[in-house]
Amino acid sequence: MADTLFLILSALTVACGLLVVLNKNAVNAAMFLLVSLVGMAGLFVLLDAALLAFVLLLVYAGAVVALFLFIIMLLDTTPGSFKSFNKISVAASVLGAALLGLGIMTMFKRGVLPQTAENVPVPTLQDYAAQLFTTYLLPVQIVGFMLLIAMLGVIVLSKRFDSKKEAAS
Amino acid sequence: MIPLLAAVPVYGLQSYLLVAALLFAIGFFGVLLRKNTLVIYMCLELMLLASTLALVAFSKFNGTLDGNVFVFFILTIAAAEVAVGLAIIVALFRKRHTVQVEELNHLKN
Repeated sequence: MADTLFLILSALTVACGLLVVLNKNAVNAAMFLLVSLVGMAGLFVLLDAALLAFVLLLVYAGAVVALFLFIIMLLDTTPGSFKSFNKISVAASVLGAALLGLGIMTMFKRGVLPQTAENVPVPTLQDYAAQLFTTYLLPVQIVGFMLLIAMLGVIVLSKRFDSKKEAAS
Repeated sequence: MIPLLAAVPVYGLQSYLLVAALLFAIGFFGVLLRKNTLVIYMCLELMLLASTLALVAFSKFNGTLDGNVFVFFILTIAAAEVAVGLAIIVALFRKRHTVQVEELNHLKN
């Protein structure tokens, strides 16, 4: 059951990821990103991280994709085309593909990876809380402060400052 | 069980890492090949999610919780990053009236 689910969900995630890249319309790309996120959340559930799947759906599917759709709506959405290939792009693609293939090959050939995860208890909400409020308390505070700074930055970036009015006052 | 990935009979850590690598590659080529800044941004998000999947898989198969907690922080940072990045794109669109990357070359020369 878990194996079949893994196959279905990973195929869904990867196929929708491909469609994000290949789709010419930005709105359709955002919609396929949404489906890909749902598949990813399913994979998280398979990995015993149901809480993370929930957070992923809330933050990404609920907020990020909606934000993307708003911005696409605000800006013009002329269907784009693909770049004509220039030399640097081709070189970067070939180099990246070669490195990635090498990495995957090395991982399958000589990677010593932990294989069994049977006697590990499923992490509960309590475990997450215990980690977040003891070991990772300082990062939590810093992340909260960073969210505040990001909010201020977005306000400053998207507000129109009238230079004449400021000079007059 | 569908014998699709015959080299890995039980889908363990390696197959999850393979999916993560494939997603990362898709996002990478999307960043290289697309013109629209918004789609490039979506591909960046895809790459970020692929790395999150790898972290969660490692965390599960090692029997620790650290990877999952790290993914928490990554999700928070990604939300802030998306907000700031899209604000920058909107500000850029106001100035230049385009979001195509090859027309945004005013820093060149």
